[in-house]
Amino acid sequence: MLMKDGLRIDGRKPDELRKIKIEAGVLYRADGSCYLEWGGNKIMAAVYGPREALPRHIQDPTKALVNARYNMASFSVEERKRPGPDRRSTEISKVTSEALENVIFTELFPRATIDVCIEVLDAEAGTRCAGITAAAVALADAGIPMRDIPVACAAGKVDGMVVLDLTSEEDKEGEADLPIAIAPRTEEILLMQMDGHLTYQEFEEALELAIKGCKQIAKLQKEALMKKYESFEEE
Amino acid sequence: MDISEIGRLSSVRRDYLARLAKEGKRPDGRGFDEYRPIKIEKNVLRNAEGSARVKIGNTMVLAGIKLEVGEPYPDTPEKGAMSTSAELPPLASPEFEPGPPKPGAIELARVVDRGIRESEYIDLEKLCIEPGEKVWIVFIDLHVLDYDGNLFDASSLAASAALQNAIIPNERYELGENEPLPVRKPPISCTFVKYSDAIVVDPCLDEEEIAEARFTVALDENGNIRAIQKGLSGSFTIDEIKNNIKRAQFHARNIRKLLEEENGKKDKES
Repeated sequence: MLMKDGLRIDGRKPDELRKIKIEAGVLYRADGSCYLEWGGNKIMAAVYGPREALPRHIQDPTKALVNARYNMASFSVEERKRPGPDRRSTEISKVTSEALENVIFTELFPRATIDVCIEVLDAEAGTRCAGITAAAVALADAGIPMRDIPVACAAGKVDGMVVLDLTSEEDKEGEADLPIAIAPRTEEILLMQMDGHLTYQEFEEALELAIKGCKQIAKLQKEALMKKYESFEEE
Repeated sequence: MDISEIGRLSSVRRDYLARLAKEGKRPDGRGFDEYRPIKIEKNVLRNAEGSARVKIGNTMVLAGIKLEVGEPYPDTPEKGAMSTSAELPPLASPEFEPGPPKPGAIELARVVDRGIRESEYIDLEKLCIEPGEKVWIVFIDLHVLDYDGNLFDASSLAASAALQNAIIPNERYELGENEPLPVRKPPISCTFVKYSDAIVVDPCLDEEEIAEARFTVALDENGNIRAIQKGLSGSFTIDEIKNNIKRAQFHARNIRKLLEEENGKKDKES
């Protein structure tokens, strides 16, 4: 039983997000950075670039490459993870790179690369969404020109009910998970993955809920970016 | 670190640092025998059995401890085991690249490991579950988040602080209740680099990049020496080495105090 009296195991309503905290510009060496806590997830994201893409043969004379690397710290999960990339993180890195590339004006930086590093320091379901959300803030912090600030969130199905932002128990025991990333201004879908079992009606409902979640998080992203510059003013 | 091979520093900057050193100054205004501000935060993660985030100036290292049940080494059937690794992810510096650990990361992990092992900081005798069959293996993972020099001291301090608040996850393995990881007094690591005839403690990145030689020593609570690593292609005179160790004894006392204060704080809270 994952639902009781209309509430979820952690006491949230079906359409309620976990607690989210975003901080922009937290690293010294990176061109842009973001620290994000989302439920039990702790994510550090950094952006380097635009800088020359090396080795040269990977350069694109028409646009910049967007190269995101999603990595989990070995101590970020219950059973220690062997350091280094595995098939899962390689796939997440790929779809994350593609989602971020969509909003970046890559044509402004031919032959360059924009490197996005996402480190999962503590994991509790939904790390790919948290990673993209943090990476987007780091990109904005680095001053990378974008037509929107991407944001990601998942919806899913638990005990026959469509709910927002799954916890690990809900992800494991539930019936479906639908992580998405959007450009919040236009509601274009930049990333969509799904596993489980949904009817078409449930899918529509889940998608609508996930978009609503994304829009709430988009506000937090902007607040975090504004806050960094407020603190500059005070100094 | 072999990061200096890339030669990020311009010759103008190199000359400037050398000139400053001749005047007894450092690029960030410190004296030769002065650390940058040190900040220790413990228990910052949920999934790790112990954790700590240490900042020395702009350098930031996160240490996470995980425990697993495994087989003991054949020559120590009644002792737990420990293993230290370091990741230098591209997040922490524009010069770091993804991929398997490079010699610099391996040297870092091994030097931190030696300090902890040789000071017998972790009481490995108490980590035996079934002699010859099952013991606890302590994994110390160092995750560098921001690289502005002196990873040796930041990593060693992060590891020491993380081990101080680590637990044995007995519940996860159905071995009873969780209990604190048995530790003794931590080692304190102290690093110097030599450039332009100056020897400075706690090098920042620019200083590491022009360093000719590096010296790291790990000291126990009595100021006795538990591990040493000399690095880079330059050399030290015998007197310089002796002097480094004496200076380290002074710094280690202060850093140890800081770590103990942090420990006291956490105990009161819990």
